[in-house]
Amino acid sequence: MTFDVTQIRADFPILQREVRPGVPVVYLDSTATAQKPLAVIQAMDDYYRRSNANIHRGVHTLAEEATALYEQAREKIARFINAPSARQIIYTRNTTESINLVAYSWARANLQPGDLVILTEMEHHSNLVPWHMLAMERDIRLEFIPVTENGLLDLEAYHKLLEQTPKLVAFTHMSNVLGTINPAAEIIRLAHQAGAVTLLDGAQSVPHFAVDVQALEVDFLAFSAHKMCGPTGIGVLYGKADLLEAMPPFLGGGDMIREVKLRSFKPNALPHKFEAGTPAIAEAIGFGAAIDYLSRVGMKNIAAHEHEITQYTLERLEEIPGVKLFGPSAEHKGGVAAFTLEGVHPHDVAQILDQDGIAVRAGHHCAQPLHEKFHIPATSRASFYLYSTKEEVDRLVDGIYKVKKYFG
Amino acid sequence: MDDLYREVIIEHYKNPSYRGYLDPHDYAFADSNPLCGDHIEITLRVDDQNRISQAAFQGHGCAISQASADLLLESIIGKPLEEVKHLDKDYVLDLLGLDLGPVRLKCALLSLKVLKAGVYGLGEAPDSLVE
Repeated sequence: MTFDVTQIRADFPILQREVRPGVPVVYLDSTATAQKPLAVIQAMDDYYRRSNANIHRGVHTLAEEATALYEQAREKIARFINAPSARQIIYTRNTTESINLVAYSWARANLQPGDLVILTEMEHHSNLVPWHMLAMERDIRLEFIPVTENGLLDLEAYHKLLEQTPKLVAFTHMSNVLGTINPAAEIIRLAHQAGAVTLLDGAQSVPHFAVDVQALEVDFLAFSAHKMCGPTGIGVLYGKADLLEAMPPFLGGGDMIREVKLRSFKPNALPHKFEAGTPAIAEAIGFGAAIDYLSRVGMKNIAAHEHEITQYTLERLEEIPGVKLFGPSAEHKGGVAAFTLEGVHPHDVAQILDQDGIAVRAGHHCAQPLHEKFHIPATSRASFYLYSTKEEVDRLVDGIYKVKKYFG
Repeated sequence: MDDLYREVIIEHYKNPSYRGYLDPHDYAFADSNPLCGDHIEITLRVDDQNRISQAAFQGHGCAISQASADLLLESIIGKPLEEVKHLDKDYVLDLLGLDLGPVRLKCALLSLKVLKAGVYGLGEAPDSLVE
C-alpha cells in the first residue's frame, strides 16, 4: 500500500485529542511507548465483549475462542519475525521480563563462576541489571563493548573481547537514546565464531524495521508489544528451539506443567513451559492486531518514513544555537533524537514544551551508564513512529526557541 | 503553568547567591533525585548559639531544584537548627510561590530533604523527611 501519514494518523484516536483546549498533542515519545491504532483497541474490546474466558483446557465455546485467538496471535508474531515455529514464541510481560527469563533460566543453567558475558555501554538498564544480579550471585564476569564519541559500537574492541571466549553476548539492536542501529548480524556471527550464545534486545528494532531471526541467526530475541502499537503488559522471548528445549522452567505454576504430584512436577512442552499462570490474554490478542496493522502498512514503509523524519529532525535541531545532539548521523540511526540545550536542564525543556502539547521525555532514559560516558546527567529525547510528521518536528523546533527565550 | 518559570525562579537558577561549598563546615549532606538525576550537596556553618550562620549548595539539576535550594538556604540564615528540623513541604512551596504536581514536587523538595538529613545527622535522606 502507499504510505500516507494523514491516513495513518486517522487510525489513532489519541492523536486527535487536545492536551488542553486548542492545544493538539504532539506525541514525540514513541520510544517510551507507542500509541495504539483503533484496530488494536477494538480487538481487545471485542475479546472482552464476546470471547472472554480462560485459555487452554476449557472445552466450552468461549474458552475455545479465547484459546484460538491467543494462539493465533502467537502465530502472527512468529511470522512477523520469521521464526521457524510459533512454539519458539514465549509470551512474557515485556522485554525486561524476556531478558530476565534468559538470565534466570538459560544463564543459571549454563554459566559458571568466572564465565564472561559481553554487553555494551549503550544498554538499557533492562539488559544490565539482570546481569549485575547474576554476577553477584554467580561470580560471572561482565565486559562491555565501548561506545565511540559518535555513538557507534567500537567493533575493534569487540574483536579483542571475543579472544576471552565469552559464553554470552547480549546487546541492543537499537539504542533507545542514541538511536544507533547496531550491526547485529555481524556481532552475532562473530559471537558464534567465538562459541558464544547471543541475546538481542529488540525493544527498539522490532517495532521500527523488519527483523528476521533466521537471517540474523540470533539465539534469543526480546521485545515488547507496547512499543509497536500493541498494549502494555505483553512481550516476547524468541529462542532457538534446542536452547529453549534444554532450559529449565522459569516461573512455576499452572499451565507450565504436564503433570503435578504432591512432591514433583513434569514441565509442559514449548512454549507453555515458560508461561505459568493465567497470561495476558486480551493483550496477546491486541498484540496480534498490532502485528496485523504494522504488516498492512509495511515495515519497509515505516522504516523509510521514520528515516525521512529523523533526517529532517537532525537538520532542524542542528540549526538551533546551543543544541547538542547525541548519537550517530541519520544513516546509522533510527527515529530518536536525544539532545541537550545549553544552560537549560532537560527536565525544564520538557516541561516548557509540554505547554504547547509537545510530549518529549527528559532524563537518563534508563541508560544511566551511557549518560555518564558522555558526562551529562540527562538529555531531552524526541522520538518518532509511523504517525510522526515534519509539522510536528517544526513545532518541536519552535518550542525549543521558546525555551531559549524563557532562559535567555 | 507559566508560573513555573516565573522570573524569580529563573533568576535564582541562573544567578544563585548561595552556590558553593563551605570548607570547613559543621554539617554536610548530599543526595540525588534518581528520577531526573538532580543532585544537591549542602554545607552549613552554625554559630555558638546553634544558629545557621552560613550555608551553601552545589550540584546540578532543573531550574526548580536549583532555585528552590537557593531560596531555601537564603531563608534559613540566622535560624536556629532546631527550627530547620521542623521545616516542611509547604514551607518550600511558599518560598517558590508554586503549587506543583507530583513529579516536579520531588525536584522542589530535594534541597529540603538534603538539608534536614544533614541537620539530623542521618546517613540517608528518606522521603518521609519532607512529607
